Amino acid sequence: MTPNTDSGRHRDFGPHSDFGLHGDSGPRTGSGPRTGSGLHGDSGRRTDSGSRTGSGPHRDSGRRTDSTPPPDSTPPPDSTPHTGSTPHPDSGLRADRVSRTAGGHLIIDGVTLAPPPGATVGLLGPNGSGKSTLLRVLAGVLAPASGVVTLDGMPLREAGRRTVARRVAVVDQDATTQVELSVEEVVRLGRIPHRRPWSPSTHRDDEAVHEALTRTGLADRASQSWHTLSGGERQRVQIARALAQDPRELLLDEPTNHLDIQHQLDLLSLVADLPLTSVIALHDLNLAAMFCDHVLVLREGVAHAAGTPSEVITEELIEKVYGVRAVVTPADDGPESRPSIRYLRR
Amino acid sequence: MRAAAPGCIRSALLWTAGLAALVLSVAVAVTIGPADISVPDVWSAVAAHLGRGEATLTPIRDGIVWNLRMPRTLLAAVCGAGLAVCGTVLQSLLRNPLADPFVLGVSSGASTGAVAIVVLGVGGGAVSISAGAFVGAVVSFALVLLLSHALGGSADRVVLSGVAAMQLFSALTSFVILTAGDAETTRGVLFWLLGSLSGVGWTDVWLCGAVLVLALVICLAHARTLDAFVFGQDAAATLGVHVTRTRLLLLCVTALLTAALVSSAGAIGFVGLVLPHAARALVGSGHARLLPVTALAGAVFLVWVDTLARTVLDPQEVPVGVVTSLIGVPAFVLVLYRTRKTT
Repeated sequence: MTPNTDSGRHRDFGPHSDFGLHGDSGPRTGSGPRTGSGLHGDSGRRTDSGSRTGSGPHRDSGRRTDSTPPPDSTPPPDSTPHTGSTPHPDSGLRADRVSRTAGGHLIIDGVTLAPPPGATVGLLGPNGSGKSTLLRVLAGVLAPASGVVTLDGMPLREAGRRTVARRVAVVDQDATTQVELSVEEVVRLGRIPHRRPWSPSTHRDDEAVHEALTRTGLADRASQSWHTLSGGERQRVQIARALAQDPRELLLDEPTNHLDIQHQLDLLSLVADLPLTSVIALHDLNLAAMFCDHVLVLREGVAHAAGTPSEVITEELIEKVYGVRAVVTPADDGPESRPSIRYLRR
Repeated sequence: MRAAAPGCIRSALLWTAGLAALVLSVAVAVTIGPADISVPDVWSAVAAHLGRGEATLTPIRDGIVWNLRMPRTLLAAVCGAGLAVCGTVLQSLLRNPLADPFVLGVSSGASTGAVAIVVLGVGGGAVSISAGAFVGAVVSFALVLLLSHALGGSADRVVLSGVAAMQLFSALTSFVILTAGDAETTRGVLFWLLGSLSGVGWTDVWLCGAVLVLALVICLAHARTLDAFVFGQDAAATLGVHVTRTRLLLLCVTALLTAALVSSAGAIGFVGLVLPHAARALVGSGHARLLPVTALAGAVFLVWVDTLARTVLDPQEVPVGVVTSLIGVPAFVLVLYRTRKTT
């Protein structure tokens, strides 16, 4: 793969580069002409790296959807992006040049992120690069200072919290509580956005909870106490809770923190195999390379690079973004192969 | 629906059992005391006053049942239920197992208000202790809200602001009593500060009862929202909860309820702290079931504690707050011990 040391700030990433066909998405809320959002708007910006460093639509989407079709078809990931049913560029959750300040500092600065439906997107970057903040803005927990986050084209603020919560589920790096709860009770929390006050739980609620428990392999531990679970099991329960929300987008903030390597791999396989659009903040570049279809690298709040792991995770980038020397063994040509990273001592 | 049906039956059973226990407790508690009155006497007195049946008791005994013991016992039930509900809501909302109605500084503010009326004679006797206490409670709560907002508005800031307000108003109360009070008024104020249900009337019962029902309905409407706070504010927000709005509403409701209760019955401690934990151990942490159970448990609990308080040193009366604290402190330690194990 060609090294990509491009550091274009407002690099678009997602449907525009992945799916060649798209109309302009219309006027945005007072943002004027959108840079890099028009038809092939990105290609020009990317030429500075000397070669095609786009997100690789054919190779990328093809690999994921052809070789490992998602086990469940709801919601349908767009499996044939080039043969007809092109998703509307506004479909799904997207952040359009969002910024967020805290205490007078820009935490994220004009980041655009539009995960293709069904893809697993990794957010990379050192501590303090804005990964968590970007996720919280995407989830609607924090409002962007500028820019807009849209869900199927509608700004989150207008969509309303409950509507967003029925579409977008969030798993934090480590959820804690002092309350005594069973696994099933935690998972059932995911039904809250679907329920009205005073109404008893519906058949669909029970079904969703059961499905979520089964999918995460927790069906036989439903009545176990949350406090008796290990870190890896707790994260699994949180993912089950997120699934019970019936989301189409799943946002995970360093879900593998504090987990041993087996649980890290288990957890990320689980997430990558879900028929959902997932955005995962990750520290581990090897895990990102293994499980993500796309990665977005943040550096000091700015989108530093975006593309497939092979394109983005390079020795130059690691040196520049993390200040660490590494040897990256590129992927060979097999469809499932990913680059691997070995760090060097100083 | 299969899974929902047994839950409904269980809830109905719990409701029936709890209500039966409460009615029975009230009926029995009213019979206990210096004057010898039986449960059938209570029924006939109540029936007579509700316009169903002939008055069979002598006017004095009837007066003891209807004007002394009945309002007192009912107010004990209302206070117990109200304080326990406040505790449940606050513990969930502020994610602090030690939160109780007094964490918001409401009761210490109420004390200062009441003391100002009694000792300083503010309002020239036209304003009752209750009104003064209510004003003090509201002022104190407003201060806590402003302070916690200025400090960043997170749950732990609310708790810290409440503690700060509590210290401030306690100091103010002590200062006022020490500088301006004589022995007699100090004793009266002290009794009120420790919480006492002596000398309450039907007005207190109706007022507190109405506020309790209102607060309970609002809290039950937010039962699932309260569930969502179990993993914190951000988690609640991602479950579709308007965190700031909900928290402000429920804090105001609990503050209003506490203010009403404290202004009628004084600062009865520890009910709000202990009862929610007991109820959680019984029915789990889902608020749709927890809130009614806590309310019923709190009501039954305080009815009996008050009965104990007015009979144990007969003819002297112990402030009910003293008894709740004597029971509450060991329970408080137990709560600490349990949280030590789980974290």
